[in-house]
Amino acid sequence: MRHTREPSLLVIDPKDNVAVALRDLAPGAEVILTVRGRVRRISVLDPIPVNHKLAIARIRSGAAVVKYGEAIGEATTAIRAGSHVHIHNLQSRRVRPRKRQAAPRSHGGSA
Amino acid sequence: MIRAYLRAGGDVGVRNYVAVMPTVACANDVAERIADGIQGARPLLHHQGCGQLLPDLIQIERILIGLATNGNVGGAILVSLGCEGVKVDRVHAAIQQTGRPVARVNIQELGGSRRAVRRGREACRDLVARCRRMRREAVRLDRLVVGVKCGASDMTSGLASNPAVGTMVDALVAGGGTVIVGETTEFLGAEHLLTRRAVTPKVARAIRRITKAMQERALAAGGDMLGGQPSQGNIQGGITTIEEKSLGAVSKAGTAKIQGVLEYAERPAGPGLYLMDGPGFEPQALTGLAAGGAQVLVFSTGRGAPQGFPLAPVVKVSGNPTTCRQLRAHIDVDVSEVLTRGSALPAAGQRILDAVCATASGKVTRAERAGYDRTLDIYTRSPFV
Repeated sequence: MRHTREPSLLVIDPKDNVAVALRDLAPGAEVILTVRGRVRRISVLDPIPVNHKLAIARIRSGAAVVKYGEAIGEATTAIRAGSHVHIHNLQSRRVRPRKRQAAPRSHGGSA
Repeated sequence: MIRAYLRAGGDVGVRNYVAVMPTVACANDVAERIADGIQGARPLLHHQGCGQLLPDLIQIERILIGLATNGNVGGAILVSLGCEGVKVDRVHAAIQQTGRPVARVNIQELGGSRRAVRRGREACRDLVARCRRMRREAVRLDRLVVGVKCGASDMTSGLASNPAVGTMVDALVAGGGTVIVGETTEFLGAEHLLTRRAVTPKVARAIRRITKAMQERALAAGGDMLGGQPSQGNIQGGITTIEEKSLGAVSKAGTAKIQGVLEYAERPAGPGLYLMDGPGFEPQALTGLAAGGAQVLVFSTGRGAPQGFPLAPVVKVSGNPTTCRQLRAHIDVDVSEVLTRGSALPAAGQRILDAVCATASGKVTRAERAGYDRTLDIYTRSPFV
């Protein structure tokens, strides 16, 4: 992959085990991130649309997915570093989802 | 240090306005004409003050008092029709108690609008002249009360502008300052995380109480604040859970301990971070923060909300590069480099803090320059009768 100076990921809090893609990332891409001064390389495993989450550490099934330094829910399956983290492998601990169709892969949209 | 006005009661002001306040919507036209063309006079028009139930009328009185005694106000004129539900004597006495000059104009007693406008303009010119004699002095930043709000949000709000504002809030609170964050709607889904930050179990209970009450009011009115959250649009944008969405919103409150939960428009009792129970609708939320004493408002936006507030400068922060380009005339602090270049959030927060200090010392905000800062709205709960 061509190396650029523009970072591809945003880690909001040092405690986080997911990062936010700052642009669309393709499987096979290698991304570099710096957490607490340590530089790490992660191979992207899934297509990650911009603003979506990528696991930056291995997350066990049932373990907390951490963003903003807080649990945003729990992994419904084991998640490898580099995987897309979204409704297929993360669920709320607050509101258990009813049956939901898979989200379209397009991005954008407002809050 | 900032350069601000010292008020008799010990408050500080970052602006030096004469507030021309209708005590009822029926007096709006007269109040507007009293302030017209007089620099430093701010008409605070609203749609309340009569035909309402007692709890709302008391709330409106509290808010009129809170606005008139905001540090940014050097003097006030109460413009009354004469028969409104709001008790003008009570409002007048409470403002006077703070040592502020306050004048009264009663349209029915004075014999109509023309005389009321003439009398009001005389009083207004006199008060403006008194304000002009005041000078800014060096005061510590921790004397400020800063109100925080977000609106016209998008994906960039939760990723850049809100967390950047949060680091500014942490810096202000660590320095002994006072910050109020409103919008109970946004706490829903993150209340279990907010309660952990409460200084006492009582404050934690108050957080649970206001979020539950907000949800119950919504259900009673046929809405549901948690159902269908996050929305399909949120999910497409990358948000998976309600916790994540709410954390993105409340990240503008930083990470400090929560000292207390304020009623809408209530003043904090001491320094630190406070939550204010109130609506998300922008004019109503900003009114609550200003009536609660905030002299500077910091507003995080994604798609671009241009409006300011009549009594307090609003510092607009955006992390959306398109908004920062297209609505350049309305954004004070561009933090889009967090997303475009991965810049650190604390550096962005520092730039917001610098903008707050400059604004507090007199720098004109984009909304003030554009004159896009006249709307105020008082939040009430009961039906009109």
